[in-house]
Amino acid sequence: MKRLSLDILLGSLLVFGFTALVLLIAGAPVLASFKNIWLGAFASTSKISQVLSVWVPLMLCSCGLIYTFRANLWNIGIEGQVTMGAIGAMAALRIPGIEHPALILTLAFFASFLGGGLWGLLAGGLKTRGGVHEIFGGLGLNFVAQGFILWLIFGPWKRPGIASMSGTELLPRDLWLSTFPGWRVATAGVIIAVAVLILTWLFLEKSRMGIKLKAIGQNPKAALLYATSPERYYLQSIIIAGGCAGLAGFLQVTAVYHRLIPSISSGYGYLALLLVMLSGYRIILIPFLALFFASLNVGAIQLPIVLQLDSALSGVIQGCCVLSALLILGLRQKRKQS
Amino acid sequence: MKQSVTSMAMAFVAAVALLLTPMQSSAAEENFVFGLLMVGPSNDHGWSQAHFEAGKEIEKHIPGSKMIYIDKVNPADRPGITIPFLVEDLVSKGAKLIIGNSNDMTDGIREAAMLHPDIKFIHISGDDALNPESPDNLSNLMGKMEFGQMMAGFAAAMTTKTGKIGYLGPLINDETKRLAASCYLGAHYAWTNVLKKDASALTFKVSWIGFWFNIPGVTSDPTQVAKNFFDSGADVVISGIDTTEALIVADQKKKEGADVTAIPYDYQGACSTGPDACLGVPYFNWFKGYAHFINNTINNTWEKEWLWLGPNWADMNNTMTSTISFQNGKAMNSETQTQLAAFAKGLGDGSISLFSGPLNFQDKSVFLKKGETATDMQIWNLPQLLEGMEGASK
Repeated sequence: MKRLSLDILLGSLLVFGFTALVLLIAGAPVLASFKNIWLGAFASTSKISQVLSVWVPLMLCSCGLIYTFRANLWNIGIEGQVTMGAIGAMAALRIPGIEHPALILTLAFFASFLGGGLWGLLAGGLKTRGGVHEIFGGLGLNFVAQGFILWLIFGPWKRPGIASMSGTELLPRDLWLSTFPGWRVATAGVIIAVAVLILTWLFLEKSRMGIKLKAIGQNPKAALLYATSPERYYLQSIIIAGGCAGLAGFLQVTAVYHRLIPSISSGYGYLALLLVMLSGYRIILIPFLALFFASLNVGAIQLPIVLQLDSALSGVIQGCCVLSALLILGLRQKRKQS
Repeated sequence: MKQSVTSMAMAFVAAVALLLTPMQSSAAEENFVFGLLMVGPSNDHGWSQAHFEAGKEIEKHIPGSKMIYIDKVNPADRPGITIPFLVEDLVSKGAKLIIGNSNDMTDGIREAAMLHPDIKFIHISGDDALNPESPDNLSNLMGKMEFGQMMAGFAAAMTTKTGKIGYLGPLINDETKRLAASCYLGAHYAWTNVLKKDASALTFKVSWIGFWFNIPGVTSDPTQVAKNFFDSGADVVISGIDTTEALIVADQKKKEGADVTAIPYDYQGACSTGPDACLGVPYFNWFKGYAHFINNTINNTWEKEWLWLGPNWADMNNTMTSTISFQNGKAMNSETQTQLAAFAKGLGDGSISLFSGPLNFQDKSVFLKKGETATDMQIWNLPQLLEGMEGASK
């Protein structure tokens, strides 16, 4: 615990140091920038709502990635899994003849899990059956998912008379997930994210399956002890990861954009990869780091509005955070070895 | 020791309090704050820059006015950020009027207008205001760029030696279809009425990239599309997108010795990215429309309006009074300049009316019978490209 606190302290110092340096190089006022990012994320309920609406998909993707990292899989295909989840949800939402919004939304929920999960299974299958490393398989499938969503938006699902990357037609109001009174984040989204976090913790830390997964991830030969094959665990973990990412896609469609857009994943899959690495694969840190990244994402909008700085700086800051984490992890490993 | 700890603690608390002070003072001190949401970068040499500079002109000419803005408002550049969220932020900084400068913001601006009935909204270039049920605080503004594009098409046809003109289109909607059609009508007029050539010898090909500007991996690459046009024999490319790739490619080709030109779009200074290859540019001046709505808001005379402003034909390049202008480029020869001036005069006095029958749609169905002239609404809602044009209508 003491070492964890020390790492967090050291990491924070490095993050702020790096970030201040980047801001100085960009000619930005350092304190004013930090202040504006903070206020931009937390100064009103609207801003906190916005942070939470970024936090939710980040949490879902991160929880999914924890499964695959446990199995020692690099699930780069998480982006495509979000996209396919969103497509699955949209496909269900377009089914004609169902009158009850709750029923359609429930269908969309499961369709998104299925869409993401199957896309994950495909990456897993490529690894276990085809010998394609999951990084390359995942990357390839991300491109395929991107191509597929573009085809749908510019083709069969385009708005009447309009083919634009602004997306499909807006969903009817009764298919928008409801929000807390006075808030603008979907209640269901927050509940789903928290539930998935708790389930992930219970599954990975408390269940026999979770322990097996960890053992096999660290040493595939351990599978022999359990009289099973590591492939089975790889596939299970990547299906669950894809399913969680798919749920993020469902929420992006029904709670954020209310339509399908080409960049529906918003890059949250890649961001979640960085986040999980930054956490050192500890579930307990994920909600806090997701909150940090989400607030940075939302708060950084203030940089162009108030200080006329390019908001791409937030990406640089995120990069600094990850570099800091990798540096600390690297140093720790070096210390262990020596 | 105890004292210094207390002072340090007080300094810390003061620093935190300072850090957390809400930041509304600077904007609130201005008399009238307006917000501008731009779909592209404020320095794109195109659509968004034209809006940005109009906003700056407003600050100069309407005392006490102050613009707050954010550019690159699109899901690819700002993932997860929605229009209603940005509007709320601008309102919290004191904005009394919000301008959304893209047709693609239609849904977001409509939602924001319903959420903020006390704030005025200008949406460019939708037509919500024509719907009696739309919110009263939402107006639409657009310029009659059809005239600018007719002039662009005219200049292109006067210049082409191969008889092949390429039109680099953004996405397919009513606005882009009518602008591409206007270009074609201008080109067709020059080709058949001025040059007295056979209409069948003119090729006018439209290629849509999928959005108003390049988004790698999502849209077609406008640089590649422009290159393809030139490689397949076109010697003039007219751009209908917000950025200047067509002109940049033409300029490179020209430097390599090819006899090609291009016509950018939207922004007065667009030719500067490739002056030697620039035939001219049709551009918007948003000052007049902005000033109309902002003054009405300040004077409490706001009305829901759908404003489609045309050129000031008497002084077309007056940026304060003419919403639509056309700037001749270095690559336009003097003969074309003379003919173009006569063409513009004809458009201005009504002696030349290009949306007049007989005109057919691309699928050969009748758009306008002989003797018929299109109404504004027929042009605004043009359902497909015209006969004689190549390219997708849907």
